[in-house]
Amino acid sequence: MKEGKIELIKDGARLSGRGFEELRPIKIEVGVLKRADGSCYFELGDNKAIAAVYGPREMHPRHFQNAKRAVVKYRYNMAPFSVDDRKRPGPDRRSQEISMVSRKALDPVILRELYPKTAIEVYVEVLQSDAGTRTAGINAASVALADAGIPMRDLVSSVAIGKIDGEVVLDLDAKEDNFGEADMPIAMVARTNTITLLQMDGRLKKEEFERGLKLAMNGCRKIYELQKAALVEKYSKNGNGA
Amino acid sequence: MYKVVVPGDFISTEVNRAGEGTYVEDGNVYALKYGVVDDRGAIKVVALSGKYMPVNGDVVIGKISEISFPYWIVDIAAPYEARLRKSEFGRGENIDFGNMCEYLDIDDLIVAKVMNVDVMMRIDLALKNEFKMDGIGRLIEVSPTKVPRIIGRSGSMIKLLKDKCNCFIFVAKNGRIWIKGRSADMDIASQTVMKIANEAHTSGLTDRIAQFLDSYKSEKERDKVEE
Repeated sequence: MKEGKIELIKDGARLSGRGFEELRPIKIEVGVLKRADGSCYFELGDNKAIAAVYGPREMHPRHFQNAKRAVVKYRYNMAPFSVDDRKRPGPDRRSQEISMVSRKALDPVILRELYPKTAIEVYVEVLQSDAGTRTAGINAASVALADAGIPMRDLVSSVAIGKIDGEVVLDLDAKEDNFGEADMPIAMVARTNTITLLQMDGRLKKEEFERGLKLAMNGCRKIYELQKAALVEKYSKNGNGA
Repeated sequence: MYKVVVPGDFISTEVNRAGEGTYVEDGNVYALKYGVVDDRGAIKVVALSGKYMPVNGDVVIGKISEISFPYWIVDIAAPYEARLRKSEFGRGENIDFGNMCEYLDIDDLIVAKVMNVDVMMRIDLALKNEFKMDGIGRLIEVSPTKVPRIIGRSGSMIKLLKDKCNCFIFVAKNGRIWIKGRSADMDIASQTVMKIANEAHTSGLTDRIAQFLDSYKSEKERDKVEE
């Protein structure tokens, strides 16, 4: 949270003109990378993320192999040009943490025990960032995993909620994130309401938390439908003929 | 048109018909993979992408990747490498550390059968009678999930391909396809195979491919006449 004050809610509307429970526009494209086993491009407002999945393939280095199940490798990376001030390229403390929590958000749905000793590699590149990149990354990765033909119990959808000017709102953008009071990304399996990721930055009252969680879960359900639609569309587009 | 499902999609409540590519939870059948539903017989989800998983008895095309006495290590387009024992060449042969590469060298292609897959995913191969792929022809690689479509129901599609393209075509279970014939014939054959792979999820494919091959042929003939 940066210091300083900005009025984030003017006349009952957010700066972007969105309602409190409104997501940013979403665009999903499946199979954008030819050489990856599965891939997905995901846009959430001004966030642009691309996910590539390779595998299951042999795990290297070998001593990280698990004799019983596949190991999921997740790499979240922000492009140097994705933010206002150039980001120093390469992994840092923040991206390592995000990689780890994102991997743990996806782990529970993947049937890892079907592919012992292998690695399933997920690479998420953030091309443009506007708060909520980890949620965009998880959404993209989950679609890309499905596209790679990896057996999964379900798709994972993810969205953040936050508190700005005392109001709990869905899907913060960069300004709201920087000058708001709290930010809480969640990831969940929409069909079973299983939450696989929940982080919180800032402070929320118990009621606000509960309301936020409900908002986020509704948001996830909407994203889940879009993810499904994007996947189904891939195989109806180049359908009969042509 | 087949129904496309994504992981977690509800398919049916008939739990005892649940087949490959599905899972059962709370008395419902859900999709485990991204693919199309096939509910003739058991309810199955046929994936449209994915890696080859070796199964006993599969005939695959492999590429020698390493020689490590007394095995050849073979890449079979699976997440695991396979081994071929030197004894596969028969007891009479005197194969030792030094002359293994005279039998099969690195990058050689072979046709082999998966003999055994153990719990540690060690894969043993056995050589087929005519195992050597003698450098003639082309090798193309598609997702192994498309192999049943390329073969077609009781071999209808592959028969069509062989007849119309005048090629020797061998489709291995791991998605590698070996095409042998005249250069122009191989062009059309490989193009058609890629077309089948790209449209594997659509129905009425065999008829459409037959049409495609016919129109291609008549085009060729017209070109010839014009020349």
